[in-house]
This record gives sequence, C-alpha cells and structure tokens, in this order.
Amino acid sequence: MKQFLGFIKKEFYHIFRDPRTLLVLFGIPVAQLLIFGYVVTTEVKNISVAILDRSKDDVTREITQKIIESDYFTLTQNLQSDTQIEEVFKTGNIKEVIVFEPNFAQKLGRDGTAQIQLIADASDANTANLIVNYTSAIISDYVQKQNKLQLMPMQIKPEVRMVFNESLQSVYMFVPGTMALILMLVSAMMTSISIAREKELGTMEVLLVSPLKPAQIIIGKVIPYVALAFINAVTIIVLGNLIFGMPVNGSLTLLLAESLLFISLALSLGILISTIAKTQQVAMFISLFALMLPTIMLSGFIFPIENMPVVLQMISHIMPPKYFIIIIKNIMIKGTGFGFVWKETLVLIAMMMVFILLSVKKFKIRLQ
Amino acid sequence: MPDYSIIIQNISKSYGQVKALTDVSFQVEHSEIFGLIGPDGAGKTTLFRILTSLLIPDSGVATVEGFDVVKSYKQIRQITGYMPGRFSLYYDLTVEENLNFFATIFGTTIEENYHLIRDIYVQIEPFKKRRAGNLSGGMKQKLALSCALIHKPKVLVLDEPTTGVDAVSRKEFWEMLAKLKEQDITIIVSTPYMDEASLCDHVALIQKGKIMTIDTPAKIIEAYPDPLYKVSGPNMFNLLNQLRNFPKAKSAHRFGDSIHVAMKGDFGQAEIEDFTKEKGHEEIQVKPVNATIEDSFMALMNTNNDK
Repeated sequence: MKQFLGFIKKEFYHIFRDPRTLLVLFGIPVAQLLIFGYVVTTEVKNISVAILDRSKDDVTREITQKIIESDYFTLTQNLQSDTQIEEVFKTGNIKEVIVFEPNFAQKLGRDGTAQIQLIADASDANTANLIVNYTSAIISDYVQKQNKLQLMPMQIKPEVRMVFNESLQSVYMFVPGTMALILMLVSAMMTSISIAREKELGTMEVLLVSPLKPAQIIIGKVIPYVALAFINAVTIIVLGNLIFGMPVNGSLTLLLAESLLFISLALSLGILISTIAKTQQVAMFISLFALMLPTIMLSGFIFPIENMPVVLQMISHIMPPKYFIIIIKNIMIKGTGFGFVWKETLVLIAMMMVFILLSVKKFKIRLQ
Repeated sequence: MPDYSIIIQNISKSYGQVKALTDVSFQVEHSEIFGLIGPDGAGKTTLFRILTSLLIPDSGVATVEGFDVVKSYKQIRQITGYMPGRFSLYYDLTVEENLNFFATIFGTTIEENYHLIRDIYVQIEPFKKRRAGNLSGGMKQKLALSCALIHKPKVLVLDEPTTGVDAVSRKEFWEMLAKLKEQDITIIVSTPYMDEASLCDHVALIQKGKIMTIDTPAKIIEAYPDPLYKVSGPNMFNLLNQLRNFPKAKSAHRFGDSIHVAMKGDFGQAEIEDFTKEKGHEEIQVKPVNATIEDSFMALMNTNNDK
C-alpha cells in the first residue's frame, strides 16, 4: 500500500510541475466552456436588418416599430430602392431586408391582405431560417392583435410550448455536451499521454523491473486524474449555473455519480490507448482524433443523431459520450431520477468493463 | 563447483530476421564484477533485458539467484537492481524525490539502506533539491546507481553505465563498484570501453550476439597469440595504412597515440624497422608491448570473421 501511495504522490508531482499539463487540466475546460457558451448559440440577438418601405404609412411604421423594439433586430438602414438590396447584402452586415409593398395600409384596409417580403442572407442557412421565423412571428403577432379589433370569419392558432426549455436557450444543449467533451478529453488524453511518457523516457522499463504490479501502475496512474477530472466536472456544473444559468433540476448526487462513472470510462479508454501508443505524440493524436471529433460530431452534442445517415447513427451508438449526454440532460434539465437513466448507465458500465478487460489483457508485464 | 549467482544456458533471441543473441551461455559467481564487453549492437542490452525479465528468450534457460527469468519474474524483480542504458529517472522530480520514489516502490526507505549508497550519494547530496533533468551526466549516473541500489538488491545489472560520462566520473564509478562488491552484491556490467575490462573479475567478450571468450582479464591477455609491437612516429595516418598492407604483419590498429602491430610467426622488431625505413619514415619508434583486452578483442574478432 505504501508503494502504491508513493506512486500516486509521484504522479501528482508530474502533474503539478508541468505547466502544460496544468493548462490542459484546468485552463482548457474553463476556456472551452466559455467559448462554447458564447459561440455555440441558437438564439438571435441584435441582428442588423434593413427596411425598404415603399408605402411609408401608419401600418408599416407600426410594424417596423414592433420589429425594432423586439431586441432581436437592429434597424441599420432604410433603403430607397430595389437596387440597394443586393448591395447591402454584399456589404455583409445586413442579414435581412424587409420590403413593404406600396400602398400597404390602403390594400390591407381594402382587400384585407397586403404583402411583406422578407429577404434573408442565406449564406448562413441556419441563421437565415431563424431570422425569418422570428420576423414572421413578430408580424403575425401584430396581425393577430389587429384582428382582435375586428371580427374575422375563422382562425386557427397553434399554441406552441417548448417543454423543458421554454425560451429555447442554447446552454441546455452545450453545457452537457461540453462536459462530456472535456471529461473525455482530459481523462483519456492525459492518462494515455502520461503512460506513453514513461515508455518514451524509458522509466517504464525501471517500473516494470520493480516489484510494482501492473494493476498498481495502472491504478496509480489513473487515480490522480479521476480526482482532477472530478474537480473539472464540478467546475463545469458550477460555472454553467453561475454564468449561463444552466439548472440542475435533478439530484446533484446522481449527477456527480454519473460523472464519476463517465470519468472512469474515459480513463479506461485512455489506458487502452496507451497500451497501443508508444510515444506521447501518438497517444495525443489517437486521443484527439478518435475521441474529440466523434464526441463533437456523433454524440448528439451539436448535431441531432436522428438526422444522420443510418451508418453514422449506428456508429453513434458506440460513442460513450452519447449516453452520458442523454443521462445528464435528463438529470439537469428534466430533473428525472435514476429510474429514467438506468439503461444508459448500464451501457456505460458495460463499455467500461470492456475497456478495462481489453487494457488488462493488452498491458505488458514485459517489454515485448 | 562454485555456487553461481547468474546462470545463462544456450540463450538465443531474434527480433524478426535479426539475430540478437546466438546460443549464449555463461555463469557469474556470487559477489563478483562480471563485465560484458562488446561494441554497440553486440546484444548486451538484449541479454540484460532477458536477465531482468523484461524480455523472454526464444530458447535457452537463465536463472538469477536460482530464479528462472521467465517463470519466477516476480521474485527476480524483487532482488535485482537495474540501471538501463538510457538515463531513466524522472526529469521533473528532484534528486531526493527520485531516490525516495524508488525506495518506496521497492518497499524500503532511504534511511534503511543509506549505508549502501552513502559513498555515492554524498557526492550528489548537495544538489538533492535540484531536478534530475538539470544534473550533469556524471551526477545523473550516480543518481541512477543510487536508485538502482536503494533496495539492497542481490544482483545489480548495469547497462553501459559509463557511456557518455567523463573520464574522472568513469574512474570514480568503477571505484564505487569495487566497494559494492564487498557488500555481497553480484554486479554484471556492460561497456563498450575495453579499458574498463581489466577492472572486472571476469569478462565475456561479445560480438554480433555471440560470446567470443570468457575468462579473467589477465588470462584473456595471456592467451593473446602473437608477438605485439607498439609503433609510433610523426606521420601516423600513412604509417597505419602501410602497416595494414605489410605482408609480414597479421594486423595493425590504432591504439591511442600509437599503432599496435601483431606480427606473423617469428617476425619481429627488425622487420618492422626495415619496412618503415623502406617506406621513407623517419624517427620511428618500435617497442615490444604487452597485449591489452582491446588487442585480444581485435584478434578474436578477426579470427571469427575469417571463419
């Protein structure tokens, strides 16, 4: 036991004496959370719009007023003619042009219908879609309010409610995703690198010749990172809550326990990588390419799994982060208990067992 | 029959097509210094890795203190101290932390075995708060030896401990080994430096994975077959080339600032003097000289190559 503690102490020396390791361990998680928090956003705010009002009557002014008041849009320019439309899009700042047809109020009063043209810059398709939806919503809102004053023959009005995320905030999406990404990266990459470093420097040779058992070497390598990754998980939950208002509706204990399970899984994956990789560089590349990209792309973090081609959907089933994200979304957002996530938990445990078995089998007590 | 510490019988080992060791057999007595002498790539490291249970031989048997290197690797790892060829301590740990770490994983403490390493460790103790990566070559080597010794091993395996170390540190290092021998530790050491051979009790000369001869350094020198002369003069480069083509000489090789020439049959000093004069050399000194291990190694190498 004393041997084992000595080994762990040595690992902590390695971690705390290497500025790069410290940066990866503590700087990157915070930076990543902040970057994802502010960048990966599906909300629309202060979008520049231009208006081409060919009518300039009370109604168009009122609608324009509504749009500008909404917080989502900023009126950047009033256009005078059609020819200007293409021009303003080319300058790049303006994302949408709203065109009112001539004699807008008159037509509306006479025929009961008038036209507004929404032209959006679709070079960024997702944003264009969002902007148009927001604008349409504001306009229909206005129309409905006007309609209340008059009697209309028939009206169907769908009432939409976005459950679990009423205001469609993107934090709900990225905090669980970032947490999975960071825990995966920190745990798997750092352990695999630290084991590969011993091989590269030749100290593994001395460790193997010592009476330390392989299990002691592996567990001794892993324990410091379990502790540090756990601190990371807590940091992400706290930062997510304080800065981005990410709730923890379910049991915090369950959330931490599931995080610990995921950390262990990522670490066992890291050990498996290190049994293959002979140098730190190889270990890092495998970790980055085999773990980071799939975690971002195939885990449902950013892109919905349901929309993927069948082949990629199948691959996503073997991505551990996918299950972890489902679990923590359930706990944090829906506030559900273990009864709703036990299946995913079992999948994670099974995956971990497989990784541990494989690494124990592959870990060499000798050099060859 | 003496009781041997290390017994190696018919060990062979290949890496793919490359034969690293071919049918190697020898014994090492208790508390002696056994030297494995040979150039780079001779198979010294492979043999040491087999002895420390890091590699499994393709064929043959080896035991260390009675333990089989394949079956009883756990016991072997308790009783051997191993210093690999590369400096393999932790650069980011201080001298003291490195030593402490190795003491701990072998289940002992620095205090318990301090007497073993005292002579070596006092020289690096002033720097004990320094990171190992910042030590000089000689100090790194002393630290590595201390770490290999801290658990009082019965057998000490040193793979080229003096490679890349300055002459003074090399001398000190061998003095330390002589002291350790007194503590009943069997030492098996490899080196590419022939001059270190005479400091061993027994040496094995190894080349291309084959043992050429095993004996005490004195007997190996004694067995040198030919009359040997030391030749020196002003134009050494031409002299060496010409002597190599001298029909009456068996071999000629550079030895420090002179040339060692082995003569065929009864030829001697007079023939060399005539030959050099004929080639236009002046101020040539020719003296009979005793063979060294290096001469023996060269001679054995030539006969092996001729076969």
